[in-house]
Amino acid sequence: MKEVYLDHAATSPLDLQVFEAMKPYLTEDFGNPSSFHTPGKKGKDAMDQARETVAKILEARASEIIFTSGGTESDNLAILGAAWANQDQGKHIITTKFEHHAVLETIQYLEREQGFEVTYLTPDADGLITAEQVMAAMRPNTILVSIMYANNEIGTILPIAEIGKAIVKLRGEKARPVFHTDACQAPEYLDLSVEKLHVDLMTLNGGKIYGPKGVGVLYIRKGTKIKPIMHGGHQQKGLRPGTENVAGFVGMAKALEIAQKNKQKESARLVKLRDQLMAGIQKRVPKTYINGHAIKRLPNNVNLSFLDIEGEALVLYLDAQGIYASTGSACTSASLDPSHVIVATGRPFEEAHGSLRFSLGRSTTEADINYVLEKLPPLVEKLREISPVNLSK
Amino acid sequence: MADEEQKLTDVESPDQAQSWFYSETVKDHFFNPRNFLKADPKEGEYDGEGQVGSPACGDKMHVWIKVDPKGEKITEFKWRTFGCASAIAATSMLSEMVMEKGGMSLDKAQKLKPQDIIERLSGLPARKIHCSVLGDQALRAAVNDYYERQGKNDKITPKEQFFCPFKDQCNK
Repeated sequence: MKEVYLDHAATSPLDLQVFEAMKPYLTEDFGNPSSFHTPGKKGKDAMDQARETVAKILEARASEIIFTSGGTESDNLAILGAAWANQDQGKHIITTKFEHHAVLETIQYLEREQGFEVTYLTPDADGLITAEQVMAAMRPNTILVSIMYANNEIGTILPIAEIGKAIVKLRGEKARPVFHTDACQAPEYLDLSVEKLHVDLMTLNGGKIYGPKGVGVLYIRKGTKIKPIMHGGHQQKGLRPGTENVAGFVGMAKALEIAQKNKQKESARLVKLRDQLMAGIQKRVPKTYINGHAIKRLPNNVNLSFLDIEGEALVLYLDAQGIYASTGSACTSASLDPSHVIVATGRPFEEAHGSLRFSLGRSTTEADINYVLEKLPPLVEKLREISPVNLSK
Repeated sequence: MADEEQKLTDVESPDQAQSWFYSETVKDHFFNPRNFLKADPKEGEYDGEGQVGSPACGDKMHVWIKVDPKGEKITEFKWRTFGCASAIAATSMLSEMVMEKGGMSLDKAQKLKPQDIIERLSGLPARKIHCSVLGDQALRAAVNDYYERQGKNDKITPKEQFFCPFKDQCNK
């Protein structure tokens, strides 16, 4: 059976070049970078080199790069760390209703347990947030703003550079509010220059960019007040204690390098396939909505709601045909809730239950898209045949 | 009786692990659903019908029954379901349970428990239990509708509360 993996936003396979770069540090060059001997020095050199590489791509300093265990830890360190370090200046945080749960749940924890006040911005029907919206929510006691670069479910790209610029202007000589962005979905397609984005904290994740799983980055702008959330050794300036995962860091750096080198070419290739898939489905399947803005979205993201049917049932019917998609974020698929992202864009629950995400990637070809366009319509048709629901579009 | 069935915590799945993948029986009924209603029914074609759930809540079932008045047995059971794999499989399985062995008695149909459907499905993932709870409610609603049409109001069971997992958010 033909297999078509269209869930790259959940995770991507390891690039073979990345695997090769990592290999020596998994076997022969296993030294602990903190050790004062030759194997340790080898590890330290590799780690320093990886940090340099990441810093260069971000147009940052190596001292501003912290490696973590992934996107979730980077988000936690950014939010908890900045909130705790700046709470003497105020306890107000601004974020959006459709962040990844690693951001949302962490901020809700601060709100619930530690007396922080939070403004949750509502995206418009296209899944976009404006800089004006963010600035209108500012209060004298706002210490942190956390807004994602690109949404993981509906792929919309938010104006981070514009928001960052406005925040820099607002704060003048002050060190707050601190501006964080979760950029986990961005590196394959978007510019990561922290100078252009005007961000103070930025989250990246290896497992989404053909790098190793369990490795992430948090960029921390020099001068940003932040506290560690884990305690232990002196590693990574004490902000992220624990023996460094040298192979993982090397892999993360290599993955980021490849992603950024190919981003223009890959974006152009995937935009074409994405638009073919979106238009093809809409043409073949009646009562279908596109979730998220038609153009201001990641080149690899297609998200649709099929009225009258439920997303999980469709995912499993597709799976039986070798097509691997998802109802939304893989992190929420264990729950029964409809996507908080789709609901945040103002869609009713009954439509949110029927959402489906295809996320394309490096392996995706035109033949894959045609295969989906051939297989999907009869499956939707079959589920609609057994459905008692008949919503009008 | 209705009270007893409201205690969702009493409903246990033989599949105690938090596994995601469904049993072979669930998969079979999900991919090859039995006895669902194809064409919309004509006026008076069925003797009773029942609906439970809503698409906003993630599951909706609509069932139709034909009853042999002499034996008080259900001779035909048709259904349509909006929902996840377990909701579809549970209704499909229910249709077989109702129609096998010459048809289920109305009395037995009213007393059917979610656990009965879950057992026949060889278990459901724990978080999917509520999907099968709807099946027995829809069947009971259809039997009650039959009794109401027959003017046998004394046989109607009390109206049941529908369990919507999102009732605080969706206001349906």
